[in-house]
Amino acid sequence: MNNNRLLTLKNLVKHFDISGGLLDQLSLEKGRVIRRRTTVKAVNDISLTIYPGETFSIVGESGCGKSTLARTTIGLYPPDRGEIYYRNDRIDTLTPQQLLPYRARMQMIFQDPYASLNPRKTVRQTLEEPVIFHNPSISTKEVKNKVAGVMEQVGVDPQWVDRYPHEFSGGQRQRISIARALMVDPEFIIADEPVSALDVSIQAQILNLLMEAQQKRGLTYMFITHDLSVVQHISTRVAVMYLGTLCELASARELFESPCHPYTQALLSAIPNLGQHKKKHVKLKGEVPTPIKLPSGCVFHGRCLYADERCIREIPRLSRLDSGTFVACHGTEEGRL
Amino acid sequence: MTHLLEVKDLEVKFALRFGELTAINGVSLTLDKGERLGLVGESGAGKSVTGFAIINLISKPGYISDGCVLFEGVELNRLSAEKMRNIRGNRISMIFQDPMMTLNPVLTIGTQMVETLQAHQNISKKAAEEVALEKLQKVQMPSPGKRLKQYPHEFSGGMRQRIVIAIALLTNPALIIADEPSTALDVTIQAEIMDLLLELCESEEMGLILITHDLAVVSQVTEKILVMYAGKIVESGLTQDIISDPKHPYTQGLIKALPGSLQPGTRLNQIPGMMPTLTDIPPGCAFHPRCNICSSVCRIEVPSLTSLDDHGRMTACHIVEKEIKEAKAKSE
Repeated sequence: MNNNRLLTLKNLVKHFDISGGLLDQLSLEKGRVIRRRTTVKAVNDISLTIYPGETFSIVGESGCGKSTLARTTIGLYPPDRGEIYYRNDRIDTLTPQQLLPYRARMQMIFQDPYASLNPRKTVRQTLEEPVIFHNPSISTKEVKNKVAGVMEQVGVDPQWVDRYPHEFSGGQRQRISIARALMVDPEFIIADEPVSALDVSIQAQILNLLMEAQQKRGLTYMFITHDLSVVQHISTRVAVMYLGTLCELASARELFESPCHPYTQALLSAIPNLGQHKKKHVKLKGEVPTPIKLPSGCVFHGRCLYADERCIREIPRLSRLDSGTFVACHGTEEGRL
Repeated sequence: MTHLLEVKDLEVKFALRFGELTAINGVSLTLDKGERLGLVGESGAGKSVTGFAIINLISKPGYISDGCVLFEGVELNRLSAEKMRNIRGNRISMIFQDPMMTLNPVLTIGTQMVETLQAHQNISKKAAEEVALEKLQKVQMPSPGKRLKQYPHEFSGGMRQRIVIAIALLTNPALIIADEPSTALDVTIQAEIMDLLLELCESEEMGLILITHDLAVVSQVTEKILVMYAGKIVESGLTQDIISDPKHPYTQGLIKALPGSLQPGTRLNQIPGMMPTLTDIPPGCAFHPRCNICSSVCRIEVPSLTSLDDHGRMTACHIVEKEIKEAKAKSE
């Protein structure tokens, strides 16, 4: 295997069983009692590779499975099928004990800084916990210095170390969440909508902070967001998700200049641009289908303007184009689009 | 000619245990028939309170302490509660951010629409249903007849927002106040909802006040913009003027802070600090601690809105004012 890979996902599948108890599963059909399970097919057969030092963004609308993908990658959910490799080591089969060293190298930042910090812990307690947990032999003084150093780096005054989360604004809380992730000197950070809950001027501050931290520490990001202008600004490569599958994967520049997949095209045309009055955007038919009952063939066919009979029947595979873009679409493959 | 809506020096205060907070401080605006106005600012700027104050929905401990709201020449904040109800939801409709919170989850869409109509007009149930059907068609709801019998939970977020818009349209209002109507929606749905609002405003000649934090959305829909900061208007003017040439340092900061205008990967222009809370608004210009061009006068004296040209371009900044005075003196 190539040594230059930081993280590899192979055919990852994550479904959630939401059928409830036995009685909830039973239904009466044609005079017979039938037991049926209901599963949400959140992530279906996703393969991708993340290289060191890059910012890999995953975009898609709500409910497309991007957060589930992030959480499965970091081990918060066990995958149903598929393999996850960190560098060359397979990590999805490890016991929690064996996983510990990897947990220190992979950290996560969550969307809502109001919900992701423990309200009953001071900033000091929040920041010290991961360091002491992963490194029990560390001296008290070292921990203290480290907390102060990281707080300084994320732009929160180290004097406020004994305050509680409610004493901070949303932007500052998100800085503290970032500080918590940085405390264990990770290599890889998964950021799940880190700026979506913040105001524009604060959003710029946090994005700058994330970009700075990446430069200084050589971090790799997996960045989950629905905000396409943010993606365009910070990403190296972008993956577009729709209903649990990848439809397009390309370098940020390539994707925004020449989107290939019809869904990507529609998504990009919907971004409101500053000052451009009344731009025509690609209108999609209908609505996103439910992930409980996935459409046959290409999951996008019901809303696609170019879908034909093959799209309804056959699932398109992700294939590489000359430009380096990976796209899963029969139309582009056949040269119809 | 009277304007459709005229707000003059509106001031809203909240009487709290430890004293009074001024949430809105001297907001003035005018809106004509069919005109679209954007009210922009970050959370806590007072945009929503302005919207609520216009339709007299400020509840205790808040109250309108000064100024007036004139709608079609009638002073709204002096009307009795009953007379106000004839205007609110009838001549002026409001659309809120979260469509799930605005719709009653235990009543069908049809019931809610008929109820709204019957509250304002003497109309039979059957006739009201027909109007409801017509409005659902207007918001491009697929198979509207079937939809009338469904409950809000059976719709997606975008469809719910369409229903909310249809309800707002029921009484053919002259003015719609939309408070972050697309913030809870995905980009593709947001684009559809915004297109729809724009089309409706044009075809029905409705006035629109769009309250949002998203400058990009506002720039595509509205003709005029008011930028608010800490309860005050800091800049106002025609949308294209403000977007292409913002004068106030806060507006400039907001526009520059948007990713997309810059080379990818470069540092974004950030406004340092954050919006002050209402309890400790700084003296002088409220923006001065975050401003990069602030001078000594900004720390002491509150800047007033001054006209920059004859198209209604105004800004409240000592520095801009000084520059313009100097430029004028030079040209003379």
